[in-house]
This record gives sequence, structure tokens and C-alpha cells, in this order.
Amino acid sequence: MTRTRKPGVSRRATLAMMGAGAVTFATPWVARAQAKTIKIGMPTILSGRVAQLGTSSRNGVMLEVEKVNAAGGLAGRQIEMVIRDSKGQPQEAARVARELVNTDGCELLFDGEASSGSFAVHEVARDLGVLCIHTCSEASSLTADPKQHIPNAFRSVRQGIHDSIVGGSYAAAISKAKGLKKWATCSPDYAYGRDTTGEFTLYLKRFAPDVEIISESWPKLFQPDYTEVVTKILQAKPQALYSCLWGGDLTSYIDQANIYAMFSAMEVFAVNMADYTALTVVKNLPKGIHSGNRYIKTYPATAENAAWGDAYKAKYNEYPTNWSWQNATAVMLLSEAVKKANSTDGKKIADALRGLTIKCPFGADGTVTMRAEDQTLVGYAIGWGTTIPQEPYVPEVKAGDWKTIFELEAEWKKSKGYT
Amino acid sequence: MDLDALTGCLASSACLVTQTTSGFIIGMLLFLVAVGLTLIFGVLKVVNFSHGAFYMFGAYFAMTAYQFTGSFALAMLCGAVGTALLGLVFERVFMSRVYGRDVLMQLLVCYAFVLIFDDVVRMIWGPEFKSMGMPAAFQVMPLFIAGGVVPPYYLLLIGVALTMALILGLGLARTKIGKVIRAAAHNPGMVSALGINTGLIYGGVFALGGMLAGLAGALAAPVRSLTPGMGFSVLIESFIVTVIGGMGSILGALIGALLIGMIRSFGSLGFPLFTEGLMYLFMVIVLVARPTGLFGKEVA
Repeated sequence: MTRTRKPGVSRRATLAMMGAGAVTFATPWVARAQAKTIKIGMPTILSGRVAQLGTSSRNGVMLEVEKVNAAGGLAGRQIEMVIRDSKGQPQEAARVARELVNTDGCELLFDGEASSGSFAVHEVARDLGVLCIHTCSEASSLTADPKQHIPNAFRSVRQGIHDSIVGGSYAAAISKAKGLKKWATCSPDYAYGRDTTGEFTLYLKRFAPDVEIISESWPKLFQPDYTEVVTKILQAKPQALYSCLWGGDLTSYIDQANIYAMFSAMEVFAVNMADYTALTVVKNLPKGIHSGNRYIKTYPATAENAAWGDAYKAKYNEYPTNWSWQNATAVMLLSEAVKKANSTDGKKIADALRGLTIKCPFGADGTVTMRAEDQTLVGYAIGWGTTIPQEPYVPEVKAGDWKTIFELEAEWKKSKGYT
Repeated sequence: MDLDALTGCLASSACLVTQTTSGFIIGMLLFLVAVGLTLIFGVLKVVNFSHGAFYMFGAYFAMTAYQFTGSFALAMLCGAVGTALLGLVFERVFMSRVYGRDVLMQLLVCYAFVLIFDDVVRMIWGPEFKSMGMPAAFQVMPLFIAGGVVPPYYLLLIGVALTMALILGLGLARTKIGKVIRAAAHNPGMVSALGINTGLIYGGVFALGGMLAGLAGALAAPVRSLTPGMGFSVLIESFIVTVIGGMGSILGALIGALLIGMIRSFGSLGFPLFTEGLMYLFMVIVLVARPTGLFGKEVA
């Protein structure tokens, strides 16, 4: 009996075709699965004297990225953070940012640089057109100056001008109440120190016109010894002192001023004192230093903020810094913008970010807004209070009024020729 | 420039006392670092660029000892002895291999260890800044001398540094070991030919230099923040001191350090925006007038 081959497609051929079809159709699916990950590049400072800026920024980002990924990612795509050290050098920050986009395939950038590096990363974002969120720089001009404006760059950070308006009005009220007319200033000798001090005294004098600055000191950044600065201020005999020294410089200054009993000789206003980086390090923290809020888990006094601070501490065994909340906010904003845009396309996310208001533990009223006109964060909790040497460190914070901030900021922009 | 403030200060005893003490404080800490640097250069003929790291280790050792024991004296001892041992090991294992080699090679080795030591500190103590805190015994009101303000801790600091200067000066001039060290600095070949172990002398001098920098770090720890890399800024000023005083001269280091201290202290009143510049300007003037420094000797 001979077996005759029936016309048509054999069973074997059918199976082969099905197999081939499966491979053909499955290949793009596999490719799509790989592209499901969205890479976000982040140059930041992970080494050197201000490595804490980078590590606490990274921690803030990762805490939120894990939540977003656990909830399904950005429009179904898991976030992969690619975080690189810029060593605090602007040219290195720019190089790293460019490499992250061009070589590593990052579709978005978080700029975790201090002000000097931020302007460099900003230029890379301008050149490459990639969506960039500045997560650390507080220099007002980064978003206030229209020359800096690009549609693809945003800032999820507090701003020097906002701090100065709130600080100036707070200090003026105390000046009037206590009759503090003679003031001295002591701030680091670089752009941030000079600008912030200038803006603070501008608003201090505006709200308390009889205030006089009788002594100015400009120690260099990372100066190890402040003895001559401390004694110079003591000689001038001011009634109050303003300083925007920060981090290790501020703690050194406090230790050195403490043994001259400076804190009992004058009222001290140190905008960067109320941050756990400084509060927990100074062993003999004098009572009654006035400070702006940087990050403390008791302000805003909400369950959400306290829970966030505790979750951070539980994960990283240290309290968050000012940079931590700012970086966490960047992830929160991004996540909500992607939901709104229903896309991970940079341009669509940028459109969604403009004017976006989200629920946020760091908001003055439980929300923060990415202001559309200059693409910067507003509505965050901002205030001043006095320190005590143990937790909660700043028991009462006098909240800044955002209506006043907006009015005076608009005036300031006009005076600078920004509007 | 605020010459009124400066002349006003010079006319007031309170200001004069406060600023002079301030100059002494800055100067004496600088002296302790600079004298180690100048000693090592004088004997070993090596410009130890990693010297700032010993200042840093001294501060970290002292802070750790203070945390564990709560004793300020033990903290100072640990800072000094720990860095002396570190100096000895560093010299015997690494530096001894580059004596007589090209100066670039020596610089490269030292610079490599600046980076390595900074990373070691980062790995052990973490990248964030730390503070040792002022011991309770010194958390007292400052003294008022002729109206000037003088913190008691700074009196101790000045006293310790001056004592070290005295011990070093007398030790090198009057003791047998001092004479051997001076001879080794002048002619190591002859000293070796006389049966003296020059390796031991080199190791000892390096350990002594490290110990002095470590003691400076330990004394500074209660009033300065501790960070990896903290030795670098001190090193730069120490070099200025040794250049002004003359490389290899202990008296030069003392006078140079005090001059820098006074320039910083009084300069901050009269030239608040040019205090740093004033320091470098003074160094330039000294170098032009006496290229070997105030107490340096001409190399034959």
C-alpha cells in the first residue's frame, strides 16, 4: 500500500508555520518588554565634602521610585534610575548628563546638582531637548530669568527669593518687637551666599526700615576656621546676625561661636539651621537660633509628612534632608504628569507638568503646584521658627504666606527686568 | 578696605586682646601642621603632600576615642599616637621606596595617598560631616581679659602648641637624638656609615611629623566639622607658613604661622574682602626679599 500525499498544506508544514508565526509575532513583544523600562538619568554629587547632597537626593528619589514601580511604573513602564557622580564639578555634571542621554539611553533627566552644576546641566537639556527636572538648585535665576527658560526644564525645588521674602518678613517682625536695629551678616563668599544674603536684607529692610547692617563677613566656602570672623562680629557688637552658611560650615561656625558665647550676645538667624544634617550633628546646639524650615518631619505638621520622614528614616537609618524632599517631589510630579498625559513622551509630560497641582506631603496646604509661567515649584511648606537642642528641634514654625510671596516675587522679578 | 575699624581696634585694649588671641589660635594650629611638614622636608627631603591627611586622621581618631571613652585627654592621645603609628607604617611601606627618586614620582605617590586616605575615611566614618562636640569641662563662659574675650579651650590649645614648640626646639638642639636627626638631615650617608640606623630615624621623623599634624587635628576636632578631605585646606595654609618661615626651620614655622594668624585676625577687620589675598601678598613679599624664607638656609 502506497501512501499518497494529499494536496494542500501538510500537518507538519502547518505546525512549522505556526511556530514561525509565533516567533514572528513574539519578537516585537519581547522587544516591547525590554523597552518597557524607562531610564531616568541623574547626575549628582556623590563624593567630596557635599556628598550628602547627592546621597540624600538619591535616597529621596529611590524611596518614591520604588513606590511608583510597585504601582505599575510610569504608564506601565518600570523606572530604572541611572545615577552618576559629578564630583560637584559643573563641567563633569554636563559631561555626565550628556552621556546619560546619548550613551545610556536615558529618556529623562533629574538634575541633582548644586546651583553651579545645575546651570551646566540646564544647557545640556537645552541642547538635547530632553525633559529635565532640576531637583536641588535653589538659585532663583535658574527659572526666574527668561533667558534661562526652555520648555523642557522644570524645577521641583524651593527658591532663594521665596526664602528671603518669608525670612525677611519674619526677622523684621522680631526686630520690631525686640528693637533689633543693628545687624551683621556672615555668609559664604559665592553666588548663593551673596544673592541670598542680599535678598534677605532687602526684605528685612523693607519690612523694618530702621534696620542697619553694621558688619558683613564673607568667609570662603568650606573654610575650616571662623575664629577671625567670630571675633570680628563680636567687635562690631550687633544686636542680630544673619547667616546662610550651611552643612559642615554652619556646624563649625556654631561650635566656634559657641565658645565665645556669641549666641547669648545677639539674636541669630541662620536660614539653613533647621535641617537634620545640621541639627543632629551639632553636639551643643544653642537654644533659640531662628531658622527657615529646610526639612523637618514636624513641618508641615501633617500625618503624611511625619509618615514620609519616618519611612525615610526606617529605610536609610537617617533623617531626610532638604534635598531629599525636593527629589521625592520630582518623582511624585513626574508620576502624576505621566498619568495625566498617559504617555512617557517627554514633550507630552512637559505639557502635563505645566500648571500641575498634586497632593504632596510637603505642601503648605497638602498640595504643591508646578507653576506654568516659569516652570518652578510653588505652594510648598515654607516658614521660620526657633530651634531647641532636641527633637522636634523647631517646635513652632511661623508659616510664610504664599499670597505675599507671590506679590513680592512679582515685584522682584520686575525690578530685575525678568518680566 | 576698612582702615577705621583696624585703627579703632588697635586703639582698644579689648579688641586688641580678642584679635591677638584669635591670631594665636589660628597660628598655633597651623604651626602644629606646618612644623611636621617642615621637619619631614628638612630630614627626608620629601615634600609630603599627604600631610593634611594626618591632620584629618587625628581629628577622626580623637572623635572616635571621645565617643567611646568620653575622655578628652584620651581622645587627644589617640589622635596623636594613632597618627604617629600611621605615619610610621606609611613611611616604611611606601615613602621609603621613593626617597631620592624624581620629585614628580614623590608627588604622585603622596597625591595618590591623599585620595586613598580620603576614601578610607569615607568608608569607615561615612561621607557626611561629623562633629565631636566641646567637652563639658570647656563648655564655660569665656574669660574677659582687659575687656577682650578669650575662650578657655583656646588657651589650652595655645598652651599645648607652645609646649610642643618648646619640646621640639630643645629636643633637636640639646638631646642626642636631636643631634643625630640634625646630622641625618645634613649628611645621611655619614650617619649611616657611623652605624646608625637611618631608616629608623626617617621612620621616626615621619611618625613625629604625622603625630604633630594628628595632634592639631585632635585639638581642632571639638571646634571644626570633620569631613573626608578636611586636611586639604589646612595643607595649603601650612605650605604658605613653611614657605614664609623657610623650609626645614622649626622657628620659621612658628613665626610664619603666627604671622599668618595675625594677618588673618587683623586683616579681617581692616581688609575684610582681601584677607586671603593679604596672606598670599605677604608670602610674595617674603619670597622676593628672601627666597629661602625668613629662617631658611641657602642650599649649598
